[in-house]
Amino acid sequence: MSLRIVVCVKYVPDATGDRHFAEDLTTDRDAVDGLLSELDEYAVEQALQISEASDDAEITVVTVGPEEANKDGLRKALSMGADKGVHVVDDALHGSDVMGTSLVLAKAVEHVGYDLVVCGMASTDGTMGVLPALLAERLGVPQVTLLSEVAVADGQVTGRRDGDTATERLAASLPAVVSVTDQSGEARYPSFKGIMAAKKKPVEELQLSDLGIEADLVGLGGAWTAVDSADARPARTAGTIVKDEGEGGKQLAAFLAERKFI
Amino acid sequence: MAEVLVLVDHVDGAVRKPTLELLTLARRIGDPVAVHLGAGADTAAPVLAEHGAVKVLAADAPEFADYLVVPKVDALKAAYDAVSPAAVLVASSAEGKEIAARLALRIGSGIITDAVDLEAGDNGPVATQSVFAAAFTTKSRVSQGTPVITVKPNSAPVESAPAAGTVEQLTVSFGGTATGTKVVSRTPRESTGRPDLTEAAIVVSGGRGVNGADNFHVIEALADSLGAAVGASRAAVDAGWYPHSNQVGQTGKQVSPQLYIANGISGAIQHRAGMQTSKTIVAVNKDAEAPIFDLVDYGVVGDLFQVVPQLTEEVTARKG
Ligand SMILES: Cc1cc2nc3c(=O)[nH]c(=O)nc-3n(C[C@H](O)[C@H](O)[C@H](O)COP(=O)(O)OP(=O)(O)OC[C@H]3O[C@@H](n4cnc5c(N)ncnc54)[C@H](O)[C@@H]3O)c2cc1C
Ligand SMILES: Nc1ncnc2c1ncn2[C@@H]1O[C@H](COP(=O)(O)O)[C@@H](O)[C@H]1O
Repeated sequence: MSLRIVVCVKYVPDATGDRHFAEDLTTDRDAVDGLLSELDEYAVEQALQISEASDDAEITVVTVGPEEANKDGLRKALSMGADKGVHVVDDALHGSDVMGTSLVLAKAVEHVGYDLVVCGMASTDGTMGVLPALLAERLGVPQVTLLSEVAVADGQVTGRRDGDTATERLAASLPAVVSVTDQSGEARYPSFKGIMAAKKKPVEELQLSDLGIEADLVGLGGAWTAVDSADARPARTAGTIVKDEGEGGKQLAAFLAERKFI
Repeated sequence: MAEVLVLVDHVDGAVRKPTLELLTLARRIGDPVAVHLGAGADTAAPVLAEHGAVKVLAADAPEFADYLVVPKVDALKAAYDAVSPAAVLVASSAEGKEIAARLALRIGSGIITDAVDLEAGDNGPVATQSVFAAAFTTKSRVSQGTPVITVKPNSAPVESAPAAGTVEQLTVSFGGTATGTKVVSRTPRESTGRPDLTEAAIVVSGGRGVNGADNFHVIEALADSLGAAVGASRAAVDAGWYPHSNQVGQTGKQVSPQLYIANGISGAIQHRAGMQTSKTIVAVNKDAEAPIFDLVDYGVVGDLFQVVPQLTEEVTARKG
């Protein structure tokens, strides 16, 4: 039987751009170009490797995000080699927090049908890194998260998690939700052939109603958290910069002593 | 006064510093009740009491070590049901955030992660966060349910505030999903004898400019002279010069020490995301145009192999 892999990918504002907040204190998506979160490329890569190691697998990439998330996000994953896409797009989603997003993703993943869900370690804009755990909680399946190595065999997923105090080897039965870190292995570049092929791959567009989700459970109104203010961090007052003329280390020591670090 | 649950981060009862910081923050909102899961509650209890815990709810079971995350969620939920707290505070480690998120979903509450400060407010606790690679500071609240908040290390001082800290056993019954992910083996990280990167008051980091694993001793020597932790940029980690567990940045550790010294690091946005909230920032880089110099309180344009050993010598002499 075919191994059904679903990869969750997020369309994010480019981290190297000048990111801002919109007036309603949500992420301003107009100010900066968007792209597929680099950290989710690792998820696509591991899904491709798992698929290549199995006789029969199908990879669906799922994203919850604005209109552009299809062309500029999903297509990249498809051109890397995923088979088809699902794009949940709905005006009511604007301003959703992680609880809303995880609800929509859980329904979308169930809609597709899955044996293995693969996520990135964190999104490069929200950077909470908790969505995979929430997805597992909602789906009622094991979470095998933050893996720097992952493999699937005989209905089991195994992997290595490099934690704060220890390295752990983990194992769980499928179906399961995994997330992979940027230590899991370089993501491939889409080939020209892949880019051309991606144009013909199917992308299903879904609205909240297709997933049976009430609009008031998501979006800014349905969020369980509220941002009261967002202020640009005051520019650091210009520091002292000296050129080393042979005494740079001593000058630095004098500064550290003045600040009472030594 | 309302009670505030604090999940204890510990290694066999040795309480890690971020937990003591959580107790400081919890006291701003209510009476801290510590939740200690796994072995060592008797060792931990006096330390928790000394820092303000009015009560320590303790549970020990093999499940906590043998299975990933979910057994601790079950236990924290049991503590939540027992106490009906005004808020739940957890340290912002990878595991801490996952436990907190799953608990929040179960109790129908919002979650805020990676707070760098916390105060009582009219509509519940107000969390300060540093977002978009620390370019913005936000104030947020949980608007539904009991606030569940994870807090980064070094966000509050450790304060002595003796309280009763009575140990009570917490009864936990594990749900069906608790044993879903087996921890097949666990290899503790070898101690370097240096402070933990996220907890350290001073961090000395090296980047691509260090130019080889063999040269990292230059960085380590400076770190040791200052009693500091050692960090590395992703370029240095990817090159195999230093372990990934020491990487500072978006996909490494986020540090907020009193002093951060960047050596041979250009200051890419992803690196800044992990260190920009440091109180004092110092850099040594031979390129005067390196973006790291935009952040520094003091910068030396020069060759790190000249500047850093001289600095180490000077520090040692001054301390001597
Ligand atoms: C999704 C994603 C996540 C990432 N996460 C992280 C992360 O967590 N942490 C991280 O650090 N990076 C991260 N990066 C990588 C980041 O973009 C940079 O590539 C990286 O930080 C560069 O490291 P560096 O400053 O050491 O190297 P470089 O940018 O190459 O800079 C080296 C510097 O050393 C100086 N130098 C060279 N020789 C000497 C000398 N002898 N004396 C003094 N100075 C010298 C040079 O002038 C230069 O400024 C991430 C990137 C992506 C896309
Ligand atoms: N809007 C989204 N659409 C699809 N996947 C997402 C979305 N948001 C988060 N994810 C997935 O969840 C992971 C962790 O995200 P986060 O918890 O937001 O840091 C990401 O790497 C993605 O795999």
